[in-house]
Amino acid sequence: MSVRVRSELQRVTLTVNGAAHELEVEPRWLLSDVLRHQLGLTGTHVGCEHGVCGCCTVLADGRPARSCLMFALQAEGLEIQTVEGLASADGTLHPLQEAFRRHHGLQCGFCTPGFLIAALPFYRTAEGMSDQELREALAGQLCRCTGYAGILQAVRAASRIEGERSQA
Amino acid sequence: MTTKLFGERVERREDRRLLTGIGRFTDDLGHDAAQAAFVRSDFAHARIRDIDVSGALDVEGVLGVYTHDDLQGGFAERLPLLIPHRDLKAPRTQYALARDELCYAGEVIAMVVASDRYIAEDAAQAIRVEYEELPVVVDLEQAVGAGPLTHSDAADNIGAHVSEMKGDVEIALASAPHVFKWRFRPERSASMPMEGRAVFARYDAGQDTLEVYDSTQAPTGIRAGLAELFELDWDRVHVIAPDVGGGFGVKVMQFYPEEVLVPWASRQLGMPVKWTEDRREHFIGSNQERGQIHEVRVGVDAEGRILALDVRFLHDTGAYCPYGLIVPIITAAQLPGPYRLSNYRYSFWSVFTNTVPVSPYRGAGRPQAVFVMERVIEHVARELGLDSLDVRRRNFIQPDEFPYDVGVSWQDGGPTVYDSGDYPSGFQLLLDSIGLDRARQQQAEARAEGRLVGLGVGCYVEGTGIGPYEGATISILPDGTVSAATGLSTQGQGHETIFAQIVADELGVPLERVSVTTGDTRRIGFGVGTFASRSAVVAGHAMLRAARSLRDQTARLASTTLEVAVEDLVFEAGAVHVRGVPEKSVPLARLTLVSNPLRYAYGRDARLAAELAQRAYAKADRPLPEGSRPGLSALEYYSPAAGVFGYGMHAALVEVDRRTCNLRILRYVIVHDCGRIINPLIVDGQVLGGLAQGIGGAFYERIHYSPEGQIQNASFMDFLIPYATEIPPVELHHLETPSPRNELGVKGVGEAGTIPVPAVIANGLSDALGVAIDHVPLSPEEIFQLLHPEPK
Repeated sequence: MSVRVRSELQRVTLTVNGAAHELEVEPRWLLSDVLRHQLGLTGTHVGCEHGVCGCCTVLADGRPARSCLMFALQAEGLEIQTVEGLASADGTLHPLQEAFRRHHGLQCGFCTPGFLIAALPFYRTAEGMSDQELREALAGQLCRCTGYAGILQAVRAASRIEGERSQA
Repeated sequence: MTTKLFGERVERREDRRLLTGIGRFTDDLGHDAAQAAFVRSDFAHARIRDIDVSGALDVEGVLGVYTHDDLQGGFAERLPLLIPHRDLKAPRTQYALARDELCYAGEVIAMVVASDRYIAEDAAQAIRVEYEELPVVVDLEQAVGAGPLTHSDAADNIGAHVSEMKGDVEIALASAPHVFKWRFRPERSASMPMEGRAVFARYDAGQDTLEVYDSTQAPTGIRAGLAELFELDWDRVHVIAPDVGGGFGVKVMQFYPEEVLVPWASRQLGMPVKWTEDRREHFIGSNQERGQIHEVRVGVDAEGRILALDVRFLHDTGAYCPYGLIVPIITAAQLPGPYRLSNYRYSFWSVFTNTVPVSPYRGAGRPQAVFVMERVIEHVARELGLDSLDVRRRNFIQPDEFPYDVGVSWQDGGPTVYDSGDYPSGFQLLLDSIGLDRARQQQAEARAEGRLVGLGVGCYVEGTGIGPYEGATISILPDGTVSAATGLSTQGQGHETIFAQIVADELGVPLERVSVTTGDTRRIGFGVGTFASRSAVVAGHAMLRAARSLRDQTARLASTTLEVAVEDLVFEAGAVHVRGVPEKSVPLARLTLVSNPLRYAYGRDARLAAELAQRAYAKADRPLPEGSRPGLSALEYYSPAAGVFGYGMHAALVEVDRRTCNLRILRYVIVHDCGRIINPLIVDGQVLGGLAQGIGGAFYERIHYSPEGQIQNASFMDFLIPYATEIPPVELHHLETPSPRNELGVKGVGEAGTIPVPAVIANGLSDALGVAIDHVPLSPEEIFQLLHPEPK
């Protein structure tokens, strides 16, 4: 006797970093798993699978979302953005990425994509935030390596780097 | 002119791939591999009556279901005792798959392999285990008293008893003007890297080879152990630690059950198999640390000079002790810290309990040691009506006393002898930086307003850079780039950058031209691992030696090519130059070509090499002179005779909110000395990251076991790792007292930031609340109880 635990595959169109992907997924497959193992976008990491650590954060229609708490089917019709979409096609790092490098905002790099994505919607206003405001803004993400100092500096510096670039 | 890179704040070589999402962590590999899931014990102590796997076998997509009965040979035996010790009389390690008795909740019972993880987990849930529950012991004092046995066939719960003495504690205590006795209780915590453990194994039956990607701190050890278990030559087994998402000690443990079982399943099934730990599994199936109970007797004179210290402690080793006695030995050896103890005795008992096994977590026994010693200092000061800062000053080892022998054994079996340091200067810098008078005034003003503000200080010494050895292999490639590799692996420490700095300096090449590989046994098979703050010291010097050997080899060849003496050559900007004759030089790229005469001109540059070979034959010479070999490469090892000892001191101004009983850190100052600094950017990062973990260990992160041995907070919702909101801005100062024990003058830094923090926070809270604090981590609930003691 064979017990079937698999459900019927369902068609879904996922728009990730501007590209549409036609996929067949099981309804129970998490968005994080589909991004990583179906689309090969392994920059989105999974640290806790219960929505606390923030490593798996992606943008869904511009707002941070835990991809470990979403089914892939729920992402139909949403614009998903992951870390792979940050740098330019020519390899130029996004100002946030450049800032993380300059300010040692990463060590092992596992939580880093989540931090970059979480900061993406607000980094342009970070320079004017108080220390406490900036800490609160990033308090959905855990980092076990850096003690956050480099991350806070980096997020604060990113818009300045962007400004330098536009003047250059 | 090539600038010296040693000591420079250079950006990291590894960042680009990690920032762009193309880093490769173990779970990023093997998307098509079969996936494993595990059945783990529901009970902390039980006998397996029966395992019914039929439900799992029926699940569509399941490829294999395994219990202990399926294992043969070495796989069916207990996993190795990694670090034996003569006093470890009753060691105990677990089976890869439990045989009959289960000794902690989480112990692995069965493995399922299926076409994907979802199915594997479903199938694992369909396995029925019939348990016979046995009595559970969690509490350390019960475990050494009348409590149940952790292992039902053992005589007691004591794995080892070790004691050593410097001087004569009893005589000194008998004559001491004041003798006090206190008790301290650091509790269980865990490393909690953001990436859990992961193993991806590919056994190739045709080649009879095994390739394993493992999120480990010690791939060389895993390789050697797997080769023995699989009865394969070393050459047929390779272990690679790719990008590793943090370690902090938990991944230095070698042979977790899954590290044996996943490769084994790959051979059984003839297909790649992968397992990626989830967070719940990490809580119940990956090692923990920190639980100890100390009883201290101290004898002091009227000025607070410590005349004798007698420490007896119980060390909780969990259900098994695969890592031997390393953690309690470190606690014992590092407890004296920067203080001169002429009479010191420790006795510890390594005690089994029905909890997750214990092996080092960042700091490895030191946070407990520093907590005990620094609380003793505070208690002494209070009993005698002294300023605790003065008590510290009076007891510091002085700069002219190095090398200083602590008088007890170090974790490597040798004596604990500090190499260098200047504790009084570091302490003064700390007090100057926090502005002692201003801080105390601030405290007094706050208190006048009814606020609870306290000042906490803590000092530590950290033994780093232990052996036995590390190696490095370095080659100059035909395009002039330099490729270096060492056996130890990297979990965020920036090894690719600091080793490149050392190599680039030695060979006179730009940093961008050096690539460093770590943790890949295909590149170098001999090595030890990343732990004990040893990588920069031990692998750093292996890199230095290999680079120097390569430089000598290259200089000999350049000397022939340029027809000048070796002494007249300068290595700069990727070329070898003749001193004082800038136009006369040869690029390293060309020298690699010259060193490798060819028959086949496979590319443009190789034409030259082919012509060289023909020219040699035309002169009836050997193309490759006797005693030389093609290519430019070197392999060297470094084995330190003894460890090197960094130190530091932290100060914090803390406040307790009366209503929420929460901790607020108003100021935090660190003075830190790890000898000469290779890269300040990375050293700062290590210390600040360590501090955050220390704050977790002081106030947030406790693994909470129920009396039944169940972890009550096995998720990030309940085990509270600090977010950015819990970490204060920090003032960080470095001293650089070089180590006289190695050429670069460096000491390790990896664990430093974590070590004193529980002591510092506890001292600050004790000062703020005016009460004694005898355990860490604390919590708002406990602060409330300290503020509102029940009437006696």
